[in-house]
Amino acid sequence: MSSHSLFGPLDPAVDAGWEQAPGRKGFLTDTSVCIGCKACEVACKEWNAIPSDLGDGITGESYDNTSALGANTWRHVAFVEQSTPPAPAAPPAVDLGMPTLRAPDADAKPEFRWLMSSDVCKHCTHAACLDVCPTGSLFRTEFGTVVVQDDICNGCGYCVPACPYGVIERRAEAPGDKTKNAGIAQKCTLCYDRISDGDLPACAKACPTESIMFGDVDELRERGQQRVAELQEQGVTGARMYGDDPHDGVGGTGAMFLLLDEPEVYGMPPDPVVTTRDLPRMWKRAGLAAAGLAAGAALSLLGGS
Amino acid sequence: MAECHPVGFQWVMEAKRKGARIIHIDPRFTRTSAVADQHVALRAGSDIVFLGGIIRYILEQEKYFREYVVAYTNAATLVRDDFRDTDELDGLFSGYDPETGTYDPASWAYKGVEEYAAAGNARKPSADQSAHTDRAAGDTHGAAGAVGHGHSQTTRDETLQDPRCVLQVLKRHFARYTPEMVEQVCGVSPQDFLSVCEAVTANSGRDLTTAWVYSVGWTQHAVGVQYIRSAAIIQLLLGNMGRPGGGIMALRGHASIQGSTDIPTLFNILPGYLPMPSVDDHPDMTAYLKTVTSDTQKGYWTHAGAYTASLLKSWWGKTATSDNDYCFSYLPKISGDHGTYNTVTRMLDDQVEGYFIMGENPAVGSAHGRMQRLGMSHLKWLVVRDFQLIESATWWKDGPEVRSGELKTEDIDTEVFFLPAASHVEKDGTFTQTQRMLQWHHKAVDPPQDARSELHFMWHLGNKIRARLAESTDDRDRPLLDLTWDYGQDGTDEPSADKVLREINGWQVKPDGTPGPLLSSYTQMKDDGSTAGGCWIYTGVYADGVNQSARRKPGSQQSWVAPEWGWAWPSNRRILYNRASADPQGRPWSERKAYVWWDEEAGSWTGHDVPDFPADRAPDFRPEPGTAGPEGIAGDDPFIMQSDGKGWLFAPTGLLDGPLPAHYEPQESPIRNPLYSQQSNPTRQVLKRKDNLSNPSADAPGAQDFPYVFTTYRLTEHHTAGGMSRWLPYLSELQPQFFCEVSPALAAERGLVNGDWATIVTARSAVEARVLVTDRIRPLTVNGRTVHQVGLPYHWGQGGKGAVVEGDSANDLIGLTLDPNVHIQEAKAATCDIRPGRRPADHQVRGMVEDYISRAGITVETGNTLHEKGDQS
Repeated sequence: MSSHSLFGPLDPAVDAGWEQAPGRKGFLTDTSVCIGCKACEVACKEWNAIPSDLGDGITGESYDNTSALGANTWRHVAFVEQSTPPAPAAPPAVDLGMPTLRAPDADAKPEFRWLMSSDVCKHCTHAACLDVCPTGSLFRTEFGTVVVQDDICNGCGYCVPACPYGVIERRAEAPGDKTKNAGIAQKCTLCYDRISDGDLPACAKACPTESIMFGDVDELRERGQQRVAELQEQGVTGARMYGDDPHDGVGGTGAMFLLLDEPEVYGMPPDPVVTTRDLPRMWKRAGLAAAGLAAGAALSLLGGS
Repeated sequence: MAECHPVGFQWVMEAKRKGARIIHIDPRFTRTSAVADQHVALRAGSDIVFLGGIIRYILEQEKYFREYVVAYTNAATLVRDDFRDTDELDGLFSGYDPETGTYDPASWAYKGVEEYAAAGNARKPSADQSAHTDRAAGDTHGAAGAVGHGHSQTTRDETLQDPRCVLQVLKRHFARYTPEMVEQVCGVSPQDFLSVCEAVTANSGRDLTTAWVYSVGWTQHAVGVQYIRSAAIIQLLLGNMGRPGGGIMALRGHASIQGSTDIPTLFNILPGYLPMPSVDDHPDMTAYLKTVTSDTQKGYWTHAGAYTASLLKSWWGKTATSDNDYCFSYLPKISGDHGTYNTVTRMLDDQVEGYFIMGENPAVGSAHGRMQRLGMSHLKWLVVRDFQLIESATWWKDGPEVRSGELKTEDIDTEVFFLPAASHVEKDGTFTQTQRMLQWHHKAVDPPQDARSELHFMWHLGNKIRARLAESTDDRDRPLLDLTWDYGQDGTDEPSADKVLREINGWQVKPDGTPGPLLSSYTQMKDDGSTAGGCWIYTGVYADGVNQSARRKPGSQQSWVAPEWGWAWPSNRRILYNRASADPQGRPWSERKAYVWWDEEAGSWTGHDVPDFPADRAPDFRPEPGTAGPEGIAGDDPFIMQSDGKGWLFAPTGLLDGPLPAHYEPQESPIRNPLYSQQSNPTRQVLKRKDNLSNPSADAPGAQDFPYVFTTYRLTEHHTAGGMSRWLPYLSELQPQFFCEVSPALAAERGLVNGDWATIVTARSAVEARVLVTDRIRPLTVNGRTVHQVGLPYHWGQGGKGAVVEGDSANDLIGLTLDPNVHIQEAKAATCDIRPGRRPADHQVRGMVEDYISRAGITVETGNTLHEKGDQS
């Protein structure tokens, strides 16, 4: 595990210099038991005093009138109406030595599915938003989560295109209104204030079906993988984990998901890559180029003399 | 359930994790369907055919739990020889009077109790009201059902072979409810239907139980009571009553609806399901009790005298004595139907002066919003208590009728008072949930500004009225002046909810007439004035001087039944009639389902729950035939409140529209009833008024103008008529707008575009909604033709002060046709037209509706024929 690495597996809190970090905390959102009640969205807004965002009436996108994560939406429940046959089986994720799958029971399969999933900031192992932040407003907590300090953020917005998931966003000023933290970057803090006091994050606390679980990332990863195996066993062949692989493009995420279909179906990128992954290589190339340019310039000067 | 009760649904998800199979039967595909193992879409209003089909399957396939059925239900009991069923009379039961649209239920009685028939069940219509609203209907009976004269001694054939035994009656009755009929009427394929039948029957028996869960939309039909009866028959046949994991669970629309029927906000019952006395029949308590119970029936209702006397003692204290019939004459008496819809029609007829609305929003939440609002405009005064200035408080300045110019604010004489209400966290009190469990909630914060609790309001209102009447010598004021009304607390103007709960629990009355020790059980109640108690079924909630409803012992620290969390009536029993969880010999049906059982050595019933049975009554005990009261309960009579101790597959008394459920089409239907010539419930309560027109049905002229079925419902994001959600930005933004849900096929047929507007029209109103085109709504093939359904959430209204979102109200579309037993409106199945685009401007909406009415040729008679003459009748 290299220090200050920009990709690959590592413990982000330790990497950030925390001594005696309490262990990485995160979410596991099990969409197989999500009932789309949106209690997470409301609890999140209540606890974090996020402005309401009354749009222009319904969106026409199933029961989703929030549409996406953003400055005023730190939890977002997607509603996917799926009339086509379910997607092919997920690629085998991690071999847990479970018995082989039985053939799915055709009778038990609904021909129509309504998938629901509560999305949230992923709290990446390698968080590009944090890497590009020039003010130090975004920082890595002792829990390995990524938090914006809104009194430090200057609203430069570099973090916004840096996020491979499109999570972080600057808050727009509502016309004729004194918007709190207008222009400041906004996203889920994994309820830093609550978990620091030993409480559950607001969304996990409000979730009636335990679709949103909070805890140690290692334990949640294992729990999720077991649940995937269980669902596969029951013939839910699309069940898969998302964000649990420390070798993926963001080094795995602190907020993981158990999905029932391809990530794209839920509006999630299938193969996210931390946008700063190539930074060292780019700097190296840029450095070489600069050196070359300098050398050329020097040569030309020399030659001209 | 996930849609309207997401918190309770966690237990369904937990059961699913443990392997339970979840089947969801609903016209639309909801959040519940999304996580269910199977979703069955059926046509709104066709449920009795679906349930009746399951009953037929159980009987034909001999899947019933025979030992349970023979011993614990009235399957073996013989019915009178002159009873005629719907299969013989083409949709009518014997005793129908086409003149009045009512039944004489005498022939539905058990065989051998003929001599008691004269005692009668149905009350005569009273003369002082208009013909179609005066039927007293279910007002006649409390929860006792009806009086079971002679039921302590019935004639039974336990071989179940006698053609007059209930099981054989059932077989004949449901014979025509075939899978093909289910397909034809409900639009459900035989495969889907049979897979439900197989799942339900395979999951019932000694070792397994099936639970049925419904939300109150199931009751909102002109045959609403019979919907629930159908489920009850299934559960009794399969042995799923009185056992863990069984039962029928009613999910309510509000937090304490169970509580508001136990201690009723209904006009026709007193606390504890005692019937409300009537002007005509109950001059005194003796006459009253004769119609509540009988000395020739079994069970605990024979102690109704003790419950009634104790209630009167709790209300009128020292004044209530044996010399004055315990002030029975102080009780208000009813003279017919005083239900909410009848009250609204009487308002319109200028017969009602004042109206209290507390925690309701009838301008939006009740059926036929226009009649509700216009009715209120005829009042002299109106009091609204709510959190917000809801539409029912502001209709006089911003309701649809004011917007359209039909009403002018300056012409409305109604004086409207608005009093802000405290929420449940701002006051002490109890909630009673659907398991009959009372849970105390402590006040956490003071209510804001002028907001006060209901208790505060009622107590001070009483104090003020009593102060005004203090000098009165008029006898009619005695009931108010003699009332026990001492709920105050020293040093505060807030009354004590704890004192109210103590009064409800009841106490021994000391010789000087003052309260003595608190009662611990209703069995201690006496009819001699020595006990007082405000609601006999709640007695024990303050047992041992402890507020038992405030107990919150964590589940991990007690048994799985968790008897120390809250308190359930009666006597903290968590499952009613749990004697049925053991076999006739008193042994658990299986180890897995052991719940209560007979301990031979101790000579008493014991188990995980409080046994719902006389504690020392041995399983083999048999009373002398004809023994009445609790002493008449045999060791295998688990249903101790029933007059014969048995679960009623067939209801020989108590219902006004038949002893068995029969399918009738809704008041407005796209098809003729394929089961009988009788189209709709022949005893339904129709309100023939120009302001309450019905769309033509089936093949009647004009039906083609209203070709679609619509149903209304709730969304997770909002609460009923919106008073608790549309004023909250965080909830409103999640479902900001009234919308209609339609299938892609209907969208194509009518040119509806997702996200655009549509107008929905009935003979009552026209409303506009945004369109949501979705595969979650499916066209069904019914009676050989395609039937489209339109889904409408009913949370929005026009007006109200400070609402974050507003919109047209789906309930404005619904007409008033009522179930005869309980006067509930048929709000969940009706017909409509739907067209693309917004509705006309406010002042032109009536014109559009009038055009539809005249084009379809609708009159006050349309759809209101009670008796359809068939070939055989």
